[in-house]
Amino acid sequence: MNVEKKEKTSDPLEENSSQSRYMNDDEDVKPFSPWKDAFKQLRRNRFAVAGFIIIVFFILLGIFAPLLTPYPYDNVNLADRLVAPSSEYWLGTDDAGRDILTRIAYGARISLMVGFFAVTGALVFGTLLGVIAGYYGRWIDMLISRIFDILLAFPSILLAIAIVAIIGPSLENALIAIAIINIPIFGRLVRSRVISLREEEYIMAARAQGMKNGRILIHHILPNSVAPIIVQSTLSFGTAILEAAALGFLGLGAEPPDPEWGAMLAEARGFIQLAPWTLIAPGVSIMLVVLGFNLIGDGLRDALDPKMKN
Amino acid sequence: MFAYTMRRLLMLIPVLIGMTLITFSIVHLIPGNPAQVILGETATAEAMQNLEESMGLNEPYAVQYFIYVQDLLQGDLGTSLRSKAEIAKEIWPYIAATFELTFFAMLFAIFIGVNAGIISAWKQNSWFDFLAMLFALIGVSMPVFWLALMEQWIFAQELSWFPATGRQDNRDPMEPITYFFVIDSILHMDFTRVITTLKHLVLPSIALGTIPMAIIARMTRSSMLEVMKSDYIRTVKAKGSGQFLVIYKHALKNAFIPVLTVIGLQTGVLLGGAILTETIFSWPGIGSYVYQAINYRDYPVIQSGILVVAFIFVIINLVVDLMYKFIDPRISY
Repeated sequence: MNVEKKEKTSDPLEENSSQSRYMNDDEDVKPFSPWKDAFKQLRRNRFAVAGFIIIVFFILLGIFAPLLTPYPYDNVNLADRLVAPSSEYWLGTDDAGRDILTRIAYGARISLMVGFFAVTGALVFGTLLGVIAGYYGRWIDMLISRIFDILLAFPSILLAIAIVAIIGPSLENALIAIAIINIPIFGRLVRSRVISLREEEYIMAARAQGMKNGRILIHHILPNSVAPIIVQSTLSFGTAILEAAALGFLGLGAEPPDPEWGAMLAEARGFIQLAPWTLIAPGVSIMLVVLGFNLIGDGLRDALDPKMKN
Repeated sequence: MFAYTMRRLLMLIPVLIGMTLITFSIVHLIPGNPAQVILGETATAEAMQNLEESMGLNEPYAVQYFIYVQDLLQGDLGTSLRSKAEIAKEIWPYIAATFELTFFAMLFAIFIGVNAGIISAWKQNSWFDFLAMLFALIGVSMPVFWLALMEQWIFAQELSWFPATGRQDNRDPMEPITYFFVIDSILHMDFTRVITTLKHLVLPSIALGTIPMAIIARMTRSSMLEVMKSDYIRTVKAKGSGQFLVIYKHALKNAFIPVLTVIGLQTGVLLGGAILTETIFSWPGIGSYVYQAINYRDYPVIQSGILVVAFIFVIINLVVDLMYKFIDPRISY
């Protein structure tokens, strides 16, 4: 069954490459590049494109936050509190009379930054530990794998809460906690990838040529592990933002007056009946950003992982 | 099977040790003097000394950890600083509340998720498939706490179909027996109460169950699509079995194995994730218990609450792992 599947999935690839070779008969024959193929496929995936547009929208919103509205995000204006959406305040104002659109835009900065740094941190440490465990094996693999097991033995949000309970509630600490809970996810992924690659013939060939471990790792093993890492990073970006918002909502992350979306929801909770718009905008923003990353992540997985192609 | 079970149990030991090390460290990694942090800035030296002695904070770390584990093994989870009660004694109602909520959330998630996934696979690329998968994608991306707030706003406050908070009508509390309120109200033979209890469960269960529902739907769909392509399904179809029988009797059996994994994992995740749902719906579960303890700096409760949830999580994962082999004997380790 497996063989059959492989044949099937490799079909379109062959077709593509032979076709392009055929079409470029008079020009230089372009070598088939899996990355280009993946990109082409990604562009054809409407869901992934939609996700990409959503994320670009929020990035621009964050960048141009100061130019977007005439209001500062922390401007308390009690005369205009809980104003419904209008031409003056597109998304209305909150209980301190602050413009919600402005706060959403500044909140995009916070959420995207938290996502970026948490994922980068988890990625760097996870990859490092995963490579060491997978490549060197033996007791060091034992040790690192058990640490991953232990970290994964806690439901992730609970572990994040425990970490924040230790180091104290703040946005930076929430970021650190989210990075830590994501380390084993990357670590395990890279480890299993390295273990399967380690036995490949071309690695053996490299070793036979006298290449040192470090060089084999950097030039052969890591480049071949990039695809699943990219997919995981994109998906983790979304979860990290969700986790940061959850911590903010519980009062364990960003603290008011910071316009973090989760913290905004916590503040708005009391006005649910009086001013529902205070709750809708931050919630929809969190959902859209996470959805955007999930769409891109799914698209990337389909494009980069030939086994998933259909 | 036996050898695998034993190996899996042995692997649990370092994990359990690691877990206790982490929960033990919660108190000791707090920057500054733990007694000071617990009692606040204005604590007198005497009060601090008393607390240090009662919590054994002035012993060396190794000795403290040893005592901590020894107490745990004897079922002593420490004493709450706030209620002064033994945690092992007061924790059960909270655990029962969380179990009940998790059970109904998973019931909702499995019923809707599995069926939506099956129909999506059956009618692949139809409008139902498209809508269901879009809905599932949104469901995965939904912040649970926001969904909970929206439910409260629409179904409790605007429409008043369901109560907004709590497990029961607080003006008319029930004499608890097992602390599973649905079971208790049945045991009391009080059927109006069964209805009220179930009504209290609706909104929090849906909020908590939405993410697993979406994940289960997506998993069921892709797994069904795979199985539907296999030879034995073609044979069953050729034999002349009806669509319904082919799908629910033959295909689902094999498609269900990966779904079961997801169900197991999600049940564990829900136990931890319940903290947000419980806070919003004032559900007196283990999540609220820990969350309140954080606000009151009740460190023994934080430690034991987290440890208990992690322990249940580990056990669920173990059961799921062992069940694989039982359900699908083709899997070998």
